[in-house]
Amino acid sequence: MNILVCIKQVPDTTEIKINPVTNTLMREGVASIVNPFDSYALELAVRLKEKQGGKVTVISMGPPQAKVALKECLSVGAEEAYLLSDRAFGGSDTLATSYILSSFIKHLEKENGKFDLVMCGKQAIDGDTGQVGPEIAEHLGLAQVTYATDIKVEDDKTLIKRENDQGYDWIQVLTPAVITVTKSVFEPRYATLKSKIAANKAEIEVLNTESIDIDLEKCGLKGSATKVMKSYTPIKDNNGIVIKEETASASVKSLMNLLVDNKVI
Amino acid sequence: MSANLEHKNVWVFIETEYGKEKKVGFELLTPGRKIADTLNQELVAVMFGKDIKNIAKEAISYGADKVILVEDPIFERYSTDAVTNTFMNLVDKYKPNTIFIGATINGRDFGPRVACRLGTGLTADCTEISYDSETNNVKWTRPAFGGNLMADIECPNIRPQMGTVRPGVYKKPLKQENNKGEIIEEKFDIPEDAIRTKIVETIKEISEDINLEEAEIIVSGGRGLGKAENFSYIRDLASALGGAVGSSRAAVDSGWIPHAHQVGQTGKTVAPKIYIACGISGAIQHLAGMSGSDVIIAINKDKDAPIFEVAHYGIVGDLFEVIPVFIKEIEKYKNS
Repeated sequence: MNILVCIKQVPDTTEIKINPVTNTLMREGVASIVNPFDSYALELAVRLKEKQGGKVTVISMGPPQAKVALKECLSVGAEEAYLLSDRAFGGSDTLATSYILSSFIKHLEKENGKFDLVMCGKQAIDGDTGQVGPEIAEHLGLAQVTYATDIKVEDDKTLIKRENDQGYDWIQVLTPAVITVTKSVFEPRYATLKSKIAANKAEIEVLNTESIDIDLEKCGLKGSATKVMKSYTPIKDNNGIVIKEETASASVKSLMNLLVDNKVI
Repeated sequence: MSANLEHKNVWVFIETEYGKEKKVGFELLTPGRKIADTLNQELVAVMFGKDIKNIAKEAISYGADKVILVEDPIFERYSTDAVTNTFMNLVDKYKPNTIFIGATINGRDFGPRVACRLGTGLTADCTEISYDSETNNVKWTRPAFGGNLMADIECPNIRPQMGTVRPGVYKKPLKQENNKGEIIEEKFDIPEDAIRTKIVETIKEISEDINLEEAEIIVSGGRGLGKAENFSYIRDLASALGGAVGSSRAAVDSGWIPHAHQVGQTGKTVAPKIYIACGISGAIQHLAGMSGSDVIIAINKDKDAPIFEVAHYGIVGDLFEVIPVFIKEIEKYKNS
């Protein structure tokens, strides 16, 4: 199986703090990580490859420092990595981002042959949109399954376990297809010392707008349909009432009184 | 903008499955009405499903001026291709100005596909919708960075403008049985080979009849429960309140309860009338999935737990002592 995984380098949002003076996000000193859902996608891809044979390629669109994230992917089972980096990509919304990624996917397919599966995380933990995967599928004209937690290939059938409101569906999908992955039962593996050293030595090829035929009008701010008018940190109301009486039963009585008085129940 | 003048009316997509609507669809008729009135245009409910004429009539009683109804057995369950293609046929024919879609698993699946095919902007997971009278665009407000940052987003030059909106953010409009509206039935030939996915097996993990996303009361348990058997505390409290059972990621990862119950960034986004978090510390990922609840009640031993920062009411105490008394008090209240 020839599998492509799209990954994004993101700030570790669990570590993000708000600057109390400027009320903005403090990104300085916050570690960059591979988007966790992308790591789950990569783990599923590598497991498939180990069973079926084939190759796993990773790509990422981002600044030069995103090479670090790609190297991390090489250390946990990917064979090849490309960074898509160009000033023209700055300010892209999901429509422009998915156009850029799909343009490079077409380019890579000319050299490497068709990908059977293009995989992404279900969403990145910074933007949280979950739109780039389905939009790549649309640009490439492929079938898609989102919210996947497992993949099985049996007698030429590709089956995807997809979350639904009450549990899961197993969905048979016609390949090539785009699959977006949520947290699965397979935790991403750790790199070994040996694989880490090898990945560090690897050269990551950087591709830009000169590497391929791409419509610059569809990239970056120019190619974006949406515009961020304003961003701000949400106001947290700390008007909550915390009850701590001597006994549990006294606390519950206070709570019940409050709930009844305020017509919650 | 001239090319966009022909785009008219506000569409709300009412998602159905097994012939039943998802709650968020009717909820979106509330902001839909507001935007339609501002634009002086019609509010149109768009729905696909199997035998759903009753849902079409209900949408009118909730204030839709028109319903575009596509009935076909193929829509009993969701598929990306059937919904995307049908939706595109309708957009091409009727050219709406604004489209609201519920930010459900399926809404977030086909929404981007439609937006991309139209080459337009889609704002994901909105928690507020308003109208920017200076730019004449809908202003979509959404959280990012797991809720640490809010952004106001607009789609300036292209119509339709689109957004997915989180369930539970808006209340359903008041039902008015004497509302009048037109139901337009559409039918499209959907060739079987155009559908590239097929559901081969469905596994139900939630045994209760109450769907988490639809529940008005949710009682959730977390790491503080200590072991799987102790979820009985959560179930008992939920059943006393007629609510559904939720959980944090920690409880799911420990194998105490199936993932379908999980609330948070890697689980479900819920916004019930009452959310009771028991033994849940309140990691930002959990908060991202429940902070839109009307009333949040937290029970936790640790007075410094972040859950108390979002809770409207909190009890600092041992949940194993608090919950049994709480159940007794609720029973007493119900009988009073």
